[in-house]
Amino acid sequence: MMKPRGSLARERRQAYLLVAPAVLVLGGVALYPILAAVWLSLHRFILVFGERRFTGLENYAYLLGDSRFWAALGNTAYFTAVAVTVELVLAVPLALLLQKAFPGRGLLRASVLVPWAIPTVVSARLWAWMFNPEYGVINRLLPGQDINWLGAPGYALHAAILVDVWKTTPFVALLVLAGLQGISEDLYKAARVDGASPWRTFVSITLPLLKPALLLALLFRSLDAFRVFDAIYVLTEGGPANTTETLSIYAYKTLMRSGDFGYGSTLSVATFLCVVLLAAVWLRLLGREEAAR
Amino acid sequence: MKRPGLGTALAVVAFLTFFLGPFCWQVLTSLWPDGELTRPWPSHLTLENYASVLWGRPFLRVVLNSLVVAALTTGFCLTVGAAAAFALAKLEFRGKGLLLSAALAVSMFPPIATVSPLYLILRSVGLRDSLVGLALPYATFALPLTLWVLTSFFRALPDELYRAARVDGCTPFQAFRQVLLPLAAPGLATTAILVFIFAWNEFLYALTFLSTPEKRTVPVAISLFASEYREPWGEIAAASVVATLPLVALTVLFQRRIVSGLTAGAVKE
Repeated sequence: MMKPRGSLARERRQAYLLVAPAVLVLGGVALYPILAAVWLSLHRFILVFGERRFTGLENYAYLLGDSRFWAALGNTAYFTAVAVTVELVLAVPLALLLQKAFPGRGLLRASVLVPWAIPTVVSARLWAWMFNPEYGVINRLLPGQDINWLGAPGYALHAAILVDVWKTTPFVALLVLAGLQGISEDLYKAARVDGASPWRTFVSITLPLLKPALLLALLFRSLDAFRVFDAIYVLTEGGPANTTETLSIYAYKTLMRSGDFGYGSTLSVATFLCVVLLAAVWLRLLGREEAAR
Repeated sequence: MKRPGLGTALAVVAFLTFFLGPFCWQVLTSLWPDGELTRPWPSHLTLENYASVLWGRPFLRVVLNSLVVAALTTGFCLTVGAAAAFALAKLEFRGKGLLLSAALAVSMFPPIATVSPLYLILRSVGLRDSLVGLALPYATFALPLTLWVLTSFFRALPDELYRAARVDGCTPFQAFRQVLLPLAAPGLATTAILVFIFAWNEFLYALTFLSTPEKRTVPVAISLFASEYREPWGEIAAASVVATLPLVALTVLFQRRIVSGLTAGAVKE
């Protein structure tokens, strides 16, 4: 018979052994690179010339005065805010529909996942063809003058938002659906007994109880939308006239097109910090929500 | 089941059109004769675009690359992740919560934030332009996903099973290998599907790290699909369908699993 104390210590030792590879991998592909990116951002570092010297906070001083950075930040924030709002507004009725029992629900559930499963690059290409100014199906269906969706400032960013909405509303709806399934059926019964209208039931019961799920979806989706790269890169590469350039796109171009690993890393770190800030705000809100309950 | 009201029916039709319409249009475009794309409707349907994508371009090679990278990522993350997820779910040790939150935080990293150091690291070890080298950074998003989904699966298995195995003389590791891992097979399958889809779809790292055209993955190849004079919309559509159909089939087939996997982490915490 093993001594219980020895067995516990052994269990703990084996636990550390079991998680060690995962910890190492996470450290190697995430933690170390982030720290390395911060270190790189303090350098002037042009890859092709092999030029590399420490410049302290010079890149960050340049960043503050870089109007292209601020424009990219504005585009990213706008993209995130509008896309996530529209997705939530569409996802709630979609989730209510997915919860309802009706013939053909299986079909709806399966088809909702189709945009989610399609690679973002493919979905962007697919929409780019539909947005095509001369032969695209959208201009053909819409009456009036042809619109150059991806080539006209003002339209292009909204076109990108539409692609994002198409692709990710299903995921948001699934999160909302999971929240809906957690609401007790008794509450609805009670509301029916009291003669509450469906709308009243929705506003007074469903929405308040759905709040945690909605906040969670907001958290996931806004952090995800903020790093948007694939769709915009394929649709417009940040054009026309940089009106769709997001932080990820600007950082990518600086890194890979100009080969400027110093300032490119500064832009990457700035993007990272924005995401951290956003996460902190949402987590505070979520925490307050928990505390209120 | 009640018969749906008119409002429900209309909403279903609207959502179906919005979600499926664009994909159906892409399928139709892929069958559209190349010279007729300027016309509002094709005179007949053809498989020409598929033939020129599959035989006129190195597209099969590209599909194979994606398969290799996605399979490597899946295998790697499941191996590393299953052991850790078991420990997180069933064993007592310090730093559990920290590890799970760290994993969640890592999955929220914007990939652009780590691109420059990863590029330099992979270059210095000679893995930059290689499929194996690409699978490693994929762990950034794939491993956290694996940890979350699998931990919730292991938690759902009764603790008594683990206790009983221990009483029978198994070490924690043997209990994991011989008792709990086989029982977690459905969880492993769900995780594998999710990780595979995410790896198959990844774009930024693949675009940045791979430079040889023969090594491109499907998303990179499709984003760079071009011919000299104009966009080959028909061929792009055909390639998209080829690249997407396996995923769509997988998704429709394993719909329930994917939904439970995607929401597993989210609902619990």
